[in-house]
Parts: sequence; structure tokens; C-alpha cells
Amino acid sequence: MTPPEAVERLKIKFGEAIGASVEFRSEVSVVVARAKILDVCRFLKAECVFDMLTDLAGVDNYGDDPRFEVDYLLYSLTHRCHLRLKVYVSEDDMLVDSVTAVWRTADWHEREGYDMFGIRFRGHPNLKRILMWEGYPHYPLRKDFPLAGIPTELPETAVDAGKVETAPMLGGPFVGGTGTRSAIRRDPRQYDTIAEQQEKLKNPTKKEPV
Amino acid sequence: MATQHEMELIDSATRAQQAMEGELGGERMIINMGPQHPSTHGVLRLVVELDGEEIVNVWPDIGYLHRGDEKLAENMTYTQFIPYTDRLDYLAPLANNVAYACAVEKLCGMDVPPRCQYIRVICAEIARISSHLLGLGAMALDIGAMTVFLYAFREREKIYDMCECICGARFTTSYTRIGGLANDMPADFLLMLRKFLKDFPTTIDEVDKLLTRNKIFIERNRDIGVLSKEDAIDFGATGPILRGSGVEWDIRKAHPYSGYEDFEFDIPVGTVGDCFDRYLVRMEEMRQSVRILQQAADNMPDGAWNSPDAKILLPEKKATLTKMEELIHHFINVTEGINAPAGEVYFSAENPKGELGFYIISRGGGAPHRLKIRAPSFVNLQLVPVISKGHMMSDMVAILGSLDFVMGECDR
Repeated sequence: MTPPEAVERLKIKFGEAIGASVEFRSEVSVVVARAKILDVCRFLKAECVFDMLTDLAGVDNYGDDPRFEVDYLLYSLTHRCHLRLKVYVSEDDMLVDSVTAVWRTADWHEREGYDMFGIRFRGHPNLKRILMWEGYPHYPLRKDFPLAGIPTELPETAVDAGKVETAPMLGGPFVGGTGTRSAIRRDPRQYDTIAEQQEKLKNPTKKEPV
Repeated sequence: MATQHEMELIDSATRAQQAMEGELGGERMIINMGPQHPSTHGVLRLVVELDGEEIVNVWPDIGYLHRGDEKLAENMTYTQFIPYTDRLDYLAPLANNVAYACAVEKLCGMDVPPRCQYIRVICAEIARISSHLLGLGAMALDIGAMTVFLYAFREREKIYDMCECICGARFTTSYTRIGGLANDMPADFLLMLRKFLKDFPTTIDEVDKLLTRNKIFIERNRDIGVLSKEDAIDFGATGPILRGSGVEWDIRKAHPYSGYEDFEFDIPVGTVGDCFDRYLVRMEEMRQSVRILQQAADNMPDGAWNSPDAKILLPEKKATLTKMEELIHHFINVTEGINAPAGEVYFSAENPKGELGFYIISRGGGAPHRLKIRAPSFVNLQLVPVISKGHMMSDMVAILGSLDFVMGECDR
């Protein structure tokens, strides 16, 4: 069974829910209606033996409507072929059925989709953030999230409990002095400010190796 | 007469039974195997619920090495992203380079000449040996066999020397380019490779003698972390983990890329799916890699090492500095990037850790619209809660070592 045959069987079984299919570089992608994705996946695993879910990716097509897209890449170990399913998700209703019941590997992939895009998966056993920390307010892979990031508060840790101590040498010289052979005068910790360090380096007071 | 109290004399079997049913009220302990830990192979945090010494539940907490590679890829050209691929599975950087270059070449629909393919195969197999050596060495070190770790790293130094010979860097190689390689293989590289191939099987045999029939190693690995075939497929496990569980599937055989169809090699497959099987699969894979490398070194074709498609690659430096057309071409290529067609491709390679896949959605132009990295370590790490339930805390170390993940790839 080849991917185009699988698409044909899908069209026969699900009719309207199966949209356009594209073949590019000998890979077949087919659009599936959002409401039917779980049934389609169950059918493909049971009947066409797509026993492995290789990848589940979220995509942000900023400017298009529907804005988001979830791509499922299925693989059949018996037939040795791939098939890609695309589900379009619009911004006002970002809910897709979870396919963890069909392939348990979808668990972490869907968590990443939620973490990076904000796409929620109905029926997911544990839909929490996975790469960013719990409570992170943004969805980083969206196109409107800047590359440099948005400054956010770091979570409290047990050690500092919300308080961050300034670095002990803040304000003082961070680097050792140069231009002197004396290791004693090079050490930055004895000075309070950079100005003092530079002054002491230029005008050594004690008789020390220059 | 003193009052007699009734005492229940419980024998040890009943006591154990009661403990299992919770009547004795055994407290469950939740401990943190923090991101900084010598045995978690990188920055991985495991929250482990223990009943005494037995693991009841594990929750892996990842993301400590998340650097936003996928977001970065959308903001730079395909060629500019190559150094980021080194840092995915940083124990086998050449393999990632090869996988990424093949992915973008698939998108552009271009072929590379046979010499380039053979050099890429050599790079990928060297990376495989390097990664397996570290994986086995680290696993053995965690279990207590420290000698194996040092033997493995001594061999890895030789591999680093070869990487330095071929591309100038020991570690972050960035050797492949879209449509070819950064530079041709130097003249003495094959000599180094042949010398390595002559001495390396002795080291594998030494490691074999130290570990494979070692009673302690067997006790710590046999029937630990058993992963059934159905679970392996259901969880999307790939690479030595899938093969250790008995599924004979290797991308180099199933969907050959970069000239792998020319080589003769076998795929080791396990039976039980425990840590020991995964160890044996990795050991045998190293021997098969030696076989492939020998064939590649013997049959290395001559000729061009870059694709003839002039639009994708940078022109020769001499021409760039003297001729106008090449100068313009160089400029456009560096600033705008390659002109990839619109479309979506998924290409996966058999990396030492599993199936490394690049899913590229392109809308034309030099930068991808979306680059999703299907990291084998990300997928394989989901297995930790599944296969470690019921084992003891010290078995967790063996399980993590046998899963052989790397956090750079997992967190991207």
C-alpha cells in the first residue's frame, strides 16, 4: 500500500473531512478537518497500519487564516512509507483532539506544541509546558514573539526564594589588571572601583616587581 | 501475674505482602535527581517517586538546554544554520551535519556526486563510532566500570584527530554544505582512517572482554528496563533502542540515503529489549561501522566533491576575487541564501541516537518558514517513566545510560 492509496481509502471512508492532497519530492501531505483527526488517525493505524507517529509539529502561518497548523507525520513499518496529515487550527479556537490514545509518543510532541504555540490538545493526559518552565507567559515559536525574547520574571527557586543577590564584585573591577608582573597587584578583589585599580596599577606604592 | 498482651507474630512474607498493599503505611518519598547530576547525561531533571528503593513513578523535566534552535532557523539562511546542527547531538556533530545537508538538498531536489556521498558516509560512521563509544563508556562509568570509559575516550581522541584533519575542528565540525562539503578530504585523511580501522577492533574486543561476560555488568543490565516491541513502536523509539527491542528497522537499509545502498553491512537486532540488549546492539553497530568505513575507504570515488549546481554553492575563491559574475554570485549567495523552492519535506537520517529528522516548510527563498527538528533523544526520553517502574534507584542509572540520549538534541 502506498501513500496515495491510503489517501484514496481516507477519501472513501471520510469523504468531506479529507481535503486537498499534495505530493512533493515523493512525499504525500493531505489536509484533514480538525474535528475528524482522531478518527482518521485511528483508521490509519488500524486499517492502513501506520503504526508509528514519527513527528507532530505545530506551525504558525502568521497572516493566514486559519493561523496555526498541526502536522502529523505517520510512518508504516510494514509498508515502509510516510504520510503527512495537516490540520488547520484557527486562532480563536485553538483546540485539537489529542492522539495520545492512538500513539503514546504524541504525549511529549503535543506538550511541545502547546508550549511553543499555545495549541491545546483535548484529552491529553498531562498538557503542561515541557521546554519552558511552568508559568511562562508567552508562546515562543509564534511569529509575533520576537527572536530576542521578552524579559520575564524567572521562577522562584528553593535557594534564593525570589531574591537575587547582586554579584559580589558588582561595580568593582571584574578583570585582573594588566601591565604588571605582580600577581598581587593584578588581583581585582582588593579594589573597590575600577578607577582605583587603574590608578594603583599605574602608580605602584610599594616596592614590588613592576 | 503480669498482664499478657497479645502480640501478632507476623512472618517476613506477610510483612512484605502488607508493605506492598500499603498497610504498614510505607511512606513514598519524592526525590529530585537534579539537572546537575553525574549520571543524568546532561542537564536532565528527574523527579522520582520512591517506595523505599523501588521506583514508583518518574517525571522527566527537560528544557534546561533549550536554546531556541527552531526559532533561530526561521531567521537565518539555510547555510547559516549549519553550525547550529553541530550543537544538536554534540557527541556526533558530523552526523547531524550530514542529515541537515541531505534534508535541504532534498528540498531543493539536488543530487550530490558520489565522492561527496562517500565522504559523508565516512563522516556519519565515524560519528556513530564516536557517539557509541561515549554512550557505552558513560554507561559503564555510571555502573562502575571506569576502565571502559577511559578506553573509549582514548579511541575518541583518535576520532577527534580525524575530524580535525578533515575540517579543522575537533568538535563543532560544520563540515557539510548545501550541495556538497566545505572542502575536499585531505590527502592524509584516508591514511589516518585506515590506521584507525586497523587498531580500533582491538579496542572493541577489549571492551567486550571487560563487560560482555562480566557477571556484575550482566546482573546490572539483564532484564532491567525491558521495552517490549509494541511499546517501542507505540512510543516512536528509533535507533538502537528500537533494534534492541527486536524490530529490524534501520533507515540506512529501509530508505538508503547518501550512497548507503552501495555498502554491505548487517543490522544487529536484540531479542528481550533490556539494557543488556541495547548495549550489545551498540557494540555490534560499532563493528558494522568499521565494516562500512573499510568499504568506503577502499572504494572512494574520484571526481567532484560538490554538486555541479552552481547557483547553490559558492564559486571558487580564485574566481570570486577576479571575475565579476562570480563575485556577484558569491555576494547574492551569502546575503540572500540559496533559492529554495516552496514546499515541505521531511528527511531523516539514522543518527547514532536514533532517527534525526528535519521537517522543513519552505515558502521559497533563503530561510525556512518552519524548521522542526525531530530529535531522537526527545522521543526516546519519554520511555524513562515506562521502563523504569518497578526497578530500583540504582537501576535508573543503567536505564538512563542504555537509552543514550543527549540533552542538546532533546531540548534543541
